[in-house]
Amino acid sequence: MKLMRVIGSVVSTVKDEKMGGMKLLIVAPCDLYGNPIDVDYKRNVLVAVDAVGAGEGEVVMTASGSSARQTALTKDRPVDTVIMGIVDSLEVGGKFTYLKEGLEITKPKTVMKAEGDVKRKVVKKGGGKRR
Amino acid sequence: MKLGRVIGRCVSTRKVDSIKSYKILILQPIDDDGKPEGDPILALDTVRAGPKSTVIWVSGREASLPLDDPFAPVDSAIVGIVDNLEVRYNE
Repeated sequence: MKLMRVIGSVVSTVKDEKMGGMKLLIVAPCDLYGNPIDVDYKRNVLVAVDAVGAGEGEVVMTASGSSARQTALTKDRPVDTVIMGIVDSLEVGGKFTYLKEGLEITKPKTVMKAEGDVKRKVVKKGGGKRR
Repeated sequence: MKLGRVIGRCVSTRKVDSIKSYKILILQPIDDDGKPEGDPILALDTVRAGPKSTVIWVSGREASLPLDDPFAPVDSAIVGIVDNLEVRYNE
């Protein structure tokens, strides 16, 4: 899976019958800080099918290749990149490198230890629906 | 299958239902010397790998086979933890 940032959407009316009913978004590869990676001032953007309801500006995870066909939405369809998750936070070496807008950490302690996991909660600001 | 090192974690609450119960880790592919090779990727954890551990990971369609529900959009998964590594080159 790769980290991508949604930077736009695609509208297409004339397309294969099997492509109907899917939301298409433009994604660009991004680094662990959520910033799109520019290679020689160019972004290697992709068109991806949205299976989770992502929006513009969000950092997402994408699966590519034949794995992309393994969702209920994209089964037996001509698809090779699918958005399969929206990233809330990224954490490298015990520090958060990316946090989704509107989220805050309830316990701002060191969250990554060499052994075992430390549980933590991420809640939405403003009483949003918690999952 | 390739070698990698776990360098961090990724939290996601909205994701495809078939991978709801799995952890997602940030993985840095490494070479036989343990040096980083290429960009970090995200991988699903099926063996409870910890941070900083060296792991074996698979890519492609096969990555979803270790899961309880193999019909999942996963293209890289951690399938083993490396205890030690011994590389011999022709001298």
